[in-house]
Formats: sequence, structure tokens, C-alpha cells
Amino acid sequence: MSRDHILHRIRTALGRSPGQAAADSPAARIRIPEVDMEARITSFRTRLEELAGHCHRAATPEEARTFVAAAIAGKCALASNAPYLAECGIAALSGVRSGITDRAELRELCATAEVGITSADYALADTGTLVMISSPREARMISLLPPAHIAVLPRDRILTGLDELLALHPLPSNETSSMVLITGPSRTADIEQILVRGVHGPGEVTVVIVG
Amino acid sequence: MVDQLMPQIGMAMVEVLERLGYRVDFPEQQTCCGQPAFNSGYRAEARTVALHFLDTFDASEAVVVPSGSCASMVKNHYASLFEKEPAMLARAESLAGRVWEFSEFLTRVAGVEDVGARFEDVVTYHDGCHSLREMGIREGPRRLLARVRGLDLREMQPPEECCGFGGTFAVKFAELSGAMARTKIDAILRTGARTVVSADPSCLMQIQGVLSRAGAPVRTVHLAEVLASR
Amino acid sequence: MSIQFDRKIHQTLENANLQLAVYTATGRLKDGRTQIVSPAELPDYQELRTEAHDLKKHVMENLDHYLEEFERNVEAHGGHVVYAKDATEVTDFIVGLAKERGARRIVKAKSMTSEELDLNERLEHHGLEAVETDLGEFIVQLAHERPFHIVGPSLHKTRYDVAELFTKNLGVEREEVPEKQTAIARKVLRQKFLAADMGISGANMLVADSGAVVLVENEGNIRLTTSAPKIHIAVAGIEKMIPRAQDLATFLKLLARSGTGQRLSVYTSILSGPRREGEIDGPDEFYVVLLDNGRTRVLADRAKRQSLYCLRCGACLNTCPVYRKIGGHSFPWVYSGPIGAIITPQFLGIGHEPALPFASSLCGACAEVCPVKIEIPELLLTLRGEVRKAETRDRKNLLEKLAFRLFAWIMTHPRLYEMAGRAAAAMAPSETGGWIRSAPALMNIGPLRAWLSQRDLPPAPPKSFRELWRRR
Repeated sequence: MSRDHILHRIRTALGRSPGQAAADSPAARIRIPEVDMEARITSFRTRLEELAGHCHRAATPEEARTFVAAAIAGKCALASNAPYLAECGIAALSGVRSGITDRAELRELCATAEVGITSADYALADTGTLVMISSPREARMISLLPPAHIAVLPRDRILTGLDELLALHPLPSNETSSMVLITGPSRTADIEQILVRGVHGPGEVTVVIVG
Repeated sequence: MVDQLMPQIGMAMVEVLERLGYRVDFPEQQTCCGQPAFNSGYRAEARTVALHFLDTFDASEAVVVPSGSCASMVKNHYASLFEKEPAMLARAESLAGRVWEFSEFLTRVAGVEDVGARFEDVVTYHDGCHSLREMGIREGPRRLLARVRGLDLREMQPPEECCGFGGTFAVKFAELSGAMARTKIDAILRTGARTVVSADPSCLMQIQGVLSRAGAPVRTVHLAEVLASR
Repeated sequence: MSIQFDRKIHQTLENANLQLAVYTATGRLKDGRTQIVSPAELPDYQELRTEAHDLKKHVMENLDHYLEEFERNVEAHGGHVVYAKDATEVTDFIVGLAKERGARRIVKAKSMTSEELDLNERLEHHGLEAVETDLGEFIVQLAHERPFHIVGPSLHKTRYDVAELFTKNLGVEREEVPEKQTAIARKVLRQKFLAADMGISGANMLVADSGAVVLVENEGNIRLTTSAPKIHIAVAGIEKMIPRAQDLATFLKLLARSGTGQRLSVYTSILSGPRREGEIDGPDEFYVVLLDNGRTRVLADRAKRQSLYCLRCGACLNTCPVYRKIGGHSFPWVYSGPIGAIITPQFLGIGHEPALPFASSLCGACAEVCPVKIEIPELLLTLRGEVRKAETRDRKNLLEKLAFRLFAWIMTHPRLYEMAGRAAAAMAPSETGGWIRSAPALMNIGPLRAWLSQRDLPPAPPKSFRELWRRR
């Protein structure tokens, strides 16, 4: 059986025996810088805008709702089941479908929606990244299929960076089948090095930071 | 190579060293460091030549070499030729501590930057890859050139690209080597310099060879020759 | 070298447009990297490289342990692990599963490992349609070509090439604007994603403590490939393993920066197992195929084992002055550039292309940019020594061996050396003190001819250094 054969070859190559413990591994390197919230928000915005993403600050959930309503005016939008979106009243906006739990239905709606609205589990300040954990509240496709993606999150979800994320979630796989870090709009330069946005994923990414 | 093709480099180096008060000796039995054989995969032949080099310089207080690639061969690669021979290995390691590339000797051993040179020209400096990456020599030559009176140094963009010599690579992959050299020439010409300076004779031969073939009005000169000029 | 190798290099060097494309594309990636790992941007870059190197070294030296840990965790999360020793076993597994599930349409994410296996061809042979979804890969698939570069597969294609390919294969009207061509591909591929029964990806990294597959991309096709179809299969070399999810703090800081000059790729996916209870979308089945295909042999070679640390970032390609001239298609195997030069002989045998380890000026730029500090020039030298040993054993290339024996002999006999020098100087064509452009017919052979084909030779000086020295 190939498994045994391959493992045997490996052990022979390394001079190890079955069941032998591994040598001590180098320590994982997690270094979390001290950065205050305002600096985090500024950094996040700068990084995201460098990548042609958009960042909007809303002082309150109501403001967030107003902003999103204007952004999706006349467009067909699909929102995730994130409680925060309900809290902001975004899920209930006209033109927004939400509350979908059936995979097939979700896919059909995503395929025709012009905007996908989600919250986000975290944002990473040093790279302008959104962290999306697949769950009953957040489906994978909403931030992927529609050509535009709007994410609305409270400012306290903004972390300094990847190190902090991994310190909080050392084993993401225990919680979810998919953790995706989204850093700006989809892009390619495969044809003559010319930058084109929105290849398969959304070409427009807008992050609304509340608070 | 210096001995047979570019003796003026050797003479220039001697002059600078003597100007600084060093007594210079030239052990006449020296021939080659063995790098051509080593880089071509002929380790036994390289080892034979390396042994001769060790015999030649065992007793020398300091060995100054006008070539980064040769110095690197002795300092960084001789050990692997004598891996399994403790006595030879010890000799190689001892010698490695006493071998210096020319600019390295000036800046790190002699501790000088101004050697009293004058060289009125617009020049650009080419870093030999072995000097740069195996010996970590980058700032030294530039500090030396900065103190040369009348010299205007312009850096190439992009910097630090291989000239394409690579030893036998230059003849085994001649067309490719030539293409790499011509890219280098483009960078040189863009600086507006009229002279290319380098501390590596093999790079100089490659670069000058292509400049000459292209009919470009740019000459090459070894760092030692610049520093020997008054 | 083999005639093919020589010819491919020559053809690429002759093609001015291709030269420009390769040089500028790699130049951009190279400059992007330089900027984003500079001390101002990433002050602990060198420390991170050392850590990444040490982590990879540790995993390789304890690989069996980590594979077993990985397997346990994949299964704990509802996935399955399959070990495959070669391309046939990988194909048999996928085809077998497809038959069982009645799956026929497959979408693929860019994966060098699958190129190594010729996977698409093999699947098509069994009646399964496997469509590449990365734009560059999609283009080269239509052209029936290999990817040109690890990160930019269609680097060598112009918009006119793409226009041709699209009209011919997709039945669309001719379109020459890249943005519009991209839109066409997006539309076509979207249908494929949504209709696919199975998605096959590679893996940038495998995470032992999580049973997870990490995938990075800029387009979104990998997310679609691994989320839309009901079955996701990740095919990955065993060497892709890292110990812990927390080690991503090291590797993700290096990977995109080194390869494309980005801080992070647009999408970084950490995937494990089929969708969990309550998750709305995602695959129902998740498989990781762990591939050997020669890796265990490389593992057994202590000195060259470090070749397996490679993250496939492409930094060495982008910085290599040789790759930037001859491009990916000149190389004999799917892996090109400096990393290709060291792993091809190890996987396919040094006899496959004995000249390959010599197609380098040993400038060392690759080692400087490798995020995991693989000593590529050292390994090239080792491989050169192996080629010579094989030649001695097979009694090949005897003339050159003799020449170097002669070289060694002359160089250990100083008086002989001096005599040889004087003889060469006497024979040298003497132009009026100027550099030599050509040699008389009888002498115009071998190395002299090769040298003179590209550049002039310095004139022989009137006196050698030792002659001048003696006269002081």
C-alpha cells in the first residue's frame, strides 16, 4: 500500500523509526506590535486604498446603513447572515436579499447579484486584509461571486496583523473548514502584464468601519 | 589571468601597496587558484591545483589578490576540496584567514580609504558577483573611489547584475553569455560613464570584449589601476 | 548539451519580442520584491528567512511524523488522505473517485505539481474534462503549451496570441483588448465553476497541526475551484508540509513578498475538510493526495535535501540573469529557473540534460532572494561534480576531461606554465595593439571560437606580469 511504502522510504531516508517522536521544533514566531486603534484604522485604510479598495468610516451603525443603501441603490444585493448586518439594519434594506441557508439557492442568487454584503470576522491593519471565516453566519460565495463586495464591521475587530490573528486563533481548522484572508480586489496581470481587476472574484471591494 | 593577459593590473596593485608602506613579494611558482576546474565540476583536478596554491602561499603573511572570484575560491571553496583530509583542511583554513581581495585588504586590513589617487573621468563601478555575494564586498570599493580626486562615479541601474562571464560558461553558453553581457553594456551606456571600473579581471575581460565588439567608446579599467593613478 | 536545449536557448535569444516580454515581466516582479522586503518595509526580513529555513529543515528531518499528524487532523475534520507514489496512482485515484460519484467535469486551480504529473492530459485520456481556471493557465491550456513561469504562465503570450486562441477555441468574436479578453475568460470560466463536479487544486503549504491546505492567489479562481464543486481534491508534494498554523506568521510574510512584491496575495485560503455542520457552502468531500514522485529520493540525499524547502515563490526565476534571457520554455522540465536547474537532475536523473547544471554563471543572485535560503549555487556545483563523475564512468566527454588534466598539470609546473603562456602570446593574432576580432581559420575552433563569436579578445601584452616583476 503506497502509504506504508512512502512512509517507509521516508524513515529510511531519515534514519528514523516508526512512532519515533519528532525533534523539538523551532518555536513559532508570533510578535504582536503595539498599535492604537486610530493608527490601525489609518493603516488599514492606507493599505486597502493602495490596492484600489475603498474604505469608509461610519460613526454609527445607522450611518453605515445609510452609506450601504446609497452604495447599492438600484442594484440587486445579497447579504450574509451575519448578526452585525442585522444590527446595522443592512440586512433589511430594500433591494437586499438575506437569510439564505440553502447552498443551491445561495449560489443562484450570488450568480446574479451585483453586490455581496458581508460582515467580517476580523480585519488586519498592516495589510488591509479582511478575515472571513466560513460559518452559518458567513457563506463563502457572498464575498466571491458577485462583482462587488461590501464588508461592514465594527472597529474593535481590527487587529494589528496576521500575528495577532494567529495568536487569537492558533488552530483555525478547529472552528471552520475555510478561513480566507482577502486583501483587496481580485486581479491579474497575465496578459501582457496589464493589470485587470475583477477576474473571478469581486473587482470592487469596500470596507465600512463602524465606530 | 592578470599575469598573462592584464599585467598592468598586477603592477598597479603592487604600486598602491608599496605606496602604503607594504613590502610586496611575488612568489614566482604561483600559477592559478584552480577555479576553472572547480566550477566545471573537475574537483580532483581543482584539488591538485589548490595544493600547489597552498604550497606557494603557506608561508605568506598576507596574500592580496586582484580578483574577488579567485580570493573567494580560496577563502570559501578550498575547504570543500579538502573536506576529508584534516591536515590539508587545516592548511586551507589557515590560508583562508590570510587571503584578501585587493579592495578588502585596503579597507579592512590597511584601514585606508584615501590612497592619494587622481583619476579624472566619469566612471561606473561593476561589482563582480563573487566579490559581491560570496565576499560581501560592496561598500569598500565605493569608499575608495569616493576619495579619488577628479573621479565622478555613476551607479548603474539596475545594479548588481551579472556580466555573464561565469568561467567556462562564457564559452559553453557563448550566445547566452553574450546576451547577458549586452544587457550589462546597455546599463553601462545609460550611465554616461566613459570608463567601467571593476575589481574582477574576468568581468573586465568579458565587458571590454563586448564593448569592443560593439564599437562603444567606453574602456574598462581595474580598480587597482584607478588607485595607482596620480 | 543536448541539441534541444541548445536550440531552445538559441530560439529564445533570437526572439526580440519574447526577450523583451520576459525581461520586463521578471524585472517588475524582481523590483517589486526588492522594494517590499527592504529594511523600511520588512525590518526582520533576514530573520524571517532564517526561521523559514529552520522550520523547513526541521519538518524535512521529521517528515514521517508530520505526515502522520497531518493525516490524523485531516481525518478528524472529515477529510481523507491518500498517498500516491507517482502520476499513475494520482490519476487512478481521481478517475476512480470520479467514476464512483458520476463526476465528469473538473475545474483546476493552478498547480505546478499537476503540471509535473501531466495530470490534465491523463484525466482527459480517461474522458474527464479538466479546465484550467487561472487566466494564464487557461490561456496556455488552450495553446497546448507548458506554463512559461511559475507565477506568470502566459508571460510569453501577446494580446494578439490571446485573441487568436479565444476566437479559435471559445467561438467568440475577435477581441484584442486585455480587459475585455479577461471579461470573456471570466464569463466562460464562471459557467465551468458552477457546473463542475470536482475541483482540483495543489497546495502552497500543508499544515500538520490543522490538517489544512493553504492556497494563495490573486484572481479568485482557487476559492471558486475549492468552494463551488461538491468535491475538492488537493494534490500536493509531501514536502509542502509546515508544522503549525502559527508558522504561517513566518511563511506568509515571505511568500507573496518574494514572489510578486505584494504584502499578501489577494486571497489566502486555509482550508480543512468538507464544510462543517451549519456552514452554508463549501465542498461535501475533501481529499488530500500526498505525492512522492521522487521526493523521497531527494530526501535521502543529505546535502541536496534542502531542495525540498522550496515554496515555489518564483523569486529565483525573477532574479536569475539566465532565466531572464532564456525563459521558462528553454528548460527541459516543468520547473524552470534556478530551482528547476537543481531539482530536474534530482528527479529525472542527471543524464536527462547533463548540461543543465552548467547553464549558470553562478552569480548567486538566486540564493540571495530565496526566502528559505536554499544554497542553489552550492547545489549546482555539487551537481556539476556528479555529471563529471558519470562522464568518467561512462567514458563520455573524454577530451574535456583530458584538457582539464592538462590544465592541472601545467598549473602545478610553473615553468611549463610560463612556457605555455609565452607560446600562446606568440601565436596570438597581433592586430595593431587593438582587441582581437577574429582568429585565423586553423585556430578558430573550440573555446576560442566560442569566445570570439560574441566578443573581442584582449591582445597579448608585450610582457607578462612576472616578466615585468623580474625587471624591477
